[in-house]
Amino acid sequence: MKPIAKIIGQRVAFGALTLWIVSLIIFAGVQLLPGDIATELLGQSATPETVAALRKSLGLDVPAYLRYFDWLSSMLHGNFGTALSNGRDIAELIKPRLYNTLLLAASAAAISVPLALVGGIVAALYRNTFVDRAINVVTLASISFPEFFVAYILILFLAVHAGILPSLSDVDSTTSVLDRLIAMALPALTLAVVVMAHMLRMTRTSIINLLGNQYIETARLKGLPEWRVLVRHALPNALAPIATVIVLNLAYLITGVVVVEVVFVYPGLGQLIVDSVQKRDIPVVQACSLIFAATYILLNLTSDVLSIVMNPRLMHPK
Amino acid sequence: MTLLQPSGFIRTGARKFASAPLSAKFGMAVIILYVLTAVFAPHLAPYSEAEIVSAPFDPWSAQFLLGTDNLGRDMFTRLVFGARNTLGIALMTTILAFSIGCSAGLAAATFGGWTDQLLSRLVDVLMAIPQLIFALLLLSIFGTSIPTLIIVIAILDSTRVFRLTRAIGMNIAVLDYVEAARLRGEGPIWIMTREILPNIAPTLIAEFGLRFCFVFLLISGLSFLGLGIQPPTADWGSMVRDSATLITYGDITPLLPAGAIALLAVAINLVVDWFLHWASGLKED
Repeated sequence: MKPIAKIIGQRVAFGALTLWIVSLIIFAGVQLLPGDIATELLGQSATPETVAALRKSLGLDVPAYLRYFDWLSSMLHGNFGTALSNGRDIAELIKPRLYNTLLLAASAAAISVPLALVGGIVAALYRNTFVDRAINVVTLASISFPEFFVAYILILFLAVHAGILPSLSDVDSTTSVLDRLIAMALPALTLAVVVMAHMLRMTRTSIINLLGNQYIETARLKGLPEWRVLVRHALPNALAPIATVIVLNLAYLITGVVVVEVVFVYPGLGQLIVDSVQKRDIPVVQACSLIFAATYILLNLTSDVLSIVMNPRLMHPK
Repeated sequence: MTLLQPSGFIRTGARKFASAPLSAKFGMAVIILYVLTAVFAPHLAPYSEAEIVSAPFDPWSAQFLLGTDNLGRDMFTRLVFGARNTLGIALMTTILAFSIGCSAGLAAATFGGWTDQLLSRLVDVLMAIPQLIFALLLLSIFGTSIPTLIIVIAILDSTRVFRLTRAIGMNIAVLDYVEAARLRGEGPIWIMTREILPNIAPTLIAEFGLRFCFVFLLISGLSFLGLGIQPPTADWGSMVRDSATLITYGDITPLLPAGAIALLAVAINLVVDWFLHWASGLKED
């Protein structure tokens, strides 16, 4: 077997193992409840009979390890059970919201990735000048700002003062594509600002690190203009670290969507998990956490695999 | 060793501070201002923390400097008390996270072997779940009270402290003088606190700033979601949430607590940047 396939295989297996352990943690977390979920739901005043009846209807009278396998196999079949708070099917509850969240995250990525690349190249091209310092200050600020601060500033300027974009993004399945895009503009922009900073700084650093190499010197001595040295000679070699960082930062979108969806009342998975935590609707929180965690692990895995595939040294083993 | 002698340390510190860039001085000034506000909150605020003094959403006036919130509590008062509560809780959480993370990290670096394997794999798994999502899961199980919040976030954040402490501790643990200490029969506690810790202290101090910043932003985020610090405790995150509707009328009041959070985070980053520069500069000469 080629070593590169072997390395990738190991990473994928490790990712699957991590996901399995995470599912175990998410399931086992509930077992930490003092008493159990039935007593928690019914409160102090419940009679032992009602508690026993609820335990039976929730399947809590079966040993924990059997319940875990049962829970895991139904999760894998896309059957997430029913929500405690309103008795609705969790899969039905999650499906449209997951679509909304993915759409929002994808739009944020579509805005932020090209901007971060261009910004990073510009900062590297004009390094240590006023432009570079300005970009540096702006990115440092946006790394430090909480998501809701960015969100409300954008609302104040773009929604309230300029009045061009709506400050609430309540979309549903009947919303047309164009209306959906307009409604999504502010949350997507907020997320983009929040995740862009790290990507941009990393692009700049990777490119500048490469500039000390001799082949860059050669390209300069040939008389090429500086932008051409950067884009044609430095950028291709910087792509591997940049791609890794971009994917890792997309994983940060997961945390970002939760807050941003709440600010803009956008009906996505993030809002669902926050609502469910407030209602202590644990099955829904478990299902959402599992989806978020799986996405996170998948993105980290992608970033690992990308860095392997894009490393030319591994492609040509001695 | 000059770094560890107090008089020398203060003198070097003062000299370094005088030559610090403007950004670091600005950051320091902001942090000192926040700490003073937090300490003297009851003397600065005109009303008490949860006192309802007027009708909801009063505009800015001489009586209520920044208006009132959704329940008619004085916004300025709550902003001042917010410094105390938000900073205090974040500080406690960070200290707890560091106590756990540093001791585990030092233990992993000193003992190595299966202690290291066990702790490292545990941390790997804990870090495989996004922190905010993990916090939400745990808060839904244990409920949202301030002690729960502090413990949950501290444990989640200690994983990052562990990774760093272990990594830099490992580099020191293999050096000759640590080996010498082992050979002359010093116990593991001595090796951890007297041999390794002083050598990794500057990095840990910088990390403390960054972790504090992160914890502070995470707790504010949770409070903003209504899942962190609960009313009537004044806290910047939940204050943004409570007064958020005002923004749609073009009133910037909700931006004040949010801006207070952002400004502190920027200030800490500026100081940490400078400190790291300084600490690495000291190693060079």
